[in-house]
Amino acid sequence: MILQPVMDGLVNGAIIGLGAIGVTLTYSILRFANFAHGELLSWGAYLALTISAALGAMLPALGTPIGPFSFGWSVPIAMAGSILATAALTLATDWLLFERLRRSGAATIILVMASFGAALALRNLIEFAYTSSPQYFTNALQISREILPGLRATPDQMLVVGLGVVLVIAVHLVLTRSAAGRAMRAVSENPQLAALVGIDARGVIRMVWILGAGLAAIGGIMSGVVVQIRPTMGHDLLLPLFAAAILGGIGSVPGAMLAGLMVGLAEAFTVQIIGAEWRAAVSFVILVAVLLLRPQGIFGKAMA
Amino acid sequence: MDLLIYAAFFLTMALTYAVICLGLNLQWGQTGLFNVGIAGFVAVGAYVSALLTTPAIDGRLGGFGLPILIGWLGGGLAAGVLCFLLGALTLRLRADYLAIATFGAAVVIQLALLNLEGVTGGPFGIGFIPRPFGILQSHANLFTLANLGVMLATVLLSYLVLEHLVRSPWGRVLRALREDETAARALGKNPVTYRLQAFAIGGFFMGLGGAAQAHFIGFIAPDNYLPILTFQVWTMLIVGGSGNMRGAILGAVLVWAIWALSGSAVSALFPPEAQARAASLQIVMIGVALCAVLLLRPRGLLGEAGTLRARRPALFSKASLSKGTHSKGSKTNA
Repeated sequence: MILQPVMDGLVNGAIIGLGAIGVTLTYSILRFANFAHGELLSWGAYLALTISAALGAMLPALGTPIGPFSFGWSVPIAMAGSILATAALTLATDWLLFERLRRSGAATIILVMASFGAALALRNLIEFAYTSSPQYFTNALQISREILPGLRATPDQMLVVGLGVVLVIAVHLVLTRSAAGRAMRAVSENPQLAALVGIDARGVIRMVWILGAGLAAIGGIMSGVVVQIRPTMGHDLLLPLFAAAILGGIGSVPGAMLAGLMVGLAEAFTVQIIGAEWRAAVSFVILVAVLLLRPQGIFGKAMA
Repeated sequence: MDLLIYAAFFLTMALTYAVICLGLNLQWGQTGLFNVGIAGFVAVGAYVSALLTTPAIDGRLGGFGLPILIGWLGGGLAAGVLCFLLGALTLRLRADYLAIATFGAAVVIQLALLNLEGVTGGPFGIGFIPRPFGILQSHANLFTLANLGVMLATVLLSYLVLEHLVRSPWGRVLRALREDETAARALGKNPVTYRLQAFAIGGFFMGLGGAAQAHFIGFIAPDNYLPILTFQVWTMLIVGGSGNMRGAILGAVLVWAIWALSGSAVSALFPPEAQARAASLQIVMIGVALCAVLLLRPRGLLGEAGTLRARRPALFSKASLSKGTHSKGSKTNA
């Protein structure tokens, strides 16, 4: 009874964390709060849904569940396709909108506003294309198993948490150990200096978008697997994403994941103690508390 | 005659948006503060005014039956105080933290409207909000025209007050801070104080506009205050020309006209089952239009007049650079 919200919180927290990594990278390298990031989770989920439905129709064998999970091979294959498609979508948005604004030297806040317009267009495009009724990858029911006394989880839920942990370690290693990661961190520290030593800022920006979009797509798909797919799912996650990115410390990938888990747990316990109707307020309370007490976040690196 | 009365009714609604848009123009157009929670502040104005002026009802707090004027002022003040608190929290930090905080505030206000049934009536909202010149209600035409008169006077008064503020030395400091914060600081102007004042005063007008709207419709519910409202007001200001008070009013009337017309076109052209989809496409197009205006004509129809700026992009980048140094400075203090 006490432990059960922990599992729910970890599952949602992993999804929030995956999205928050993208927010924190965009924020620290492109230097603006991207209000359209939540829509990438929705787009990732809907693109995967389309691909997996098409695969399932062509090759019904792909629809049979893999081992203990509720979905068949069509979902992982669709995930790969969706990551590519979502990355292409963000690159197109950047090319059409943000890059032009950057080149004209627009202020941060103009970029924020453009992202706000883009979010509205992207969200309603989903609603236009797929209508507002919720959808599911599969209709298979899963029975949750007891992992610890008083703690039950479905295999899907455990997969989400596991995948979140693996991905955050992978992204962290990419950022700290690879040349591309060093280039990204250099641009985030000081763009002018990075340009002077010959780092291709445009390449770095492309990488940030691809990485952020890929993680967002995975987060959206996971959310679709354990809950459901709705056009507003990304919008509803936006405030938790921002809260996690700021709580974790802008620019910190492990911070974003850890803070995502904390936001998820806080939400789960709020649902348990106060009631589900106040769930969306949790992120705001966390946000206000962080801004008041420790604006630089847990991993106290100064914000640029 | 019917058409004229409809036009008067339409204009009254458009002018309530004009008041909100004037408030946003002080926050964004003059000061460069990005508020993504307009719907929340408008809602606070509407609900506070409704609570102050409606007659008492069993099972709900409020219903003080006060005069409408007090309701409107109370609604404006409540929204202004809320803006002050959020600004005090975030204006020392990076520029876009305010955006995130206002976005969050609007989400929480929406939740509160839905769930605090004892105060807000929950999803059922609040009805029987007294309307200005309610005694004329039996003469429909006269009533509509009287309401239009009230709203014209409110917009005119708001315009004169804000225009006076903007032209005063105080307004010059705001623009100086927006354009070159370092220089303004060198002259001894504290940016946080000035921004906070502008943000709170802008919030007052958002609340006032919300209160006015509530009293013309006579009924409010949480669904009136979804993020789409924030977006509409933003489009009004950007289309009209941010930084220009007359642009804010023009934009409000124009965009409300486009919105109302395209809305009735959707309901006339599409069968009922396709209307939800058509409506979402309508929002897509307006989202794209906002981005296009930002890219192609960032000054809107009526740009800001009488500033010594060569090209907006060049000055903008300077402003953003100075914002960067400011936030760095405040961090070392923190």
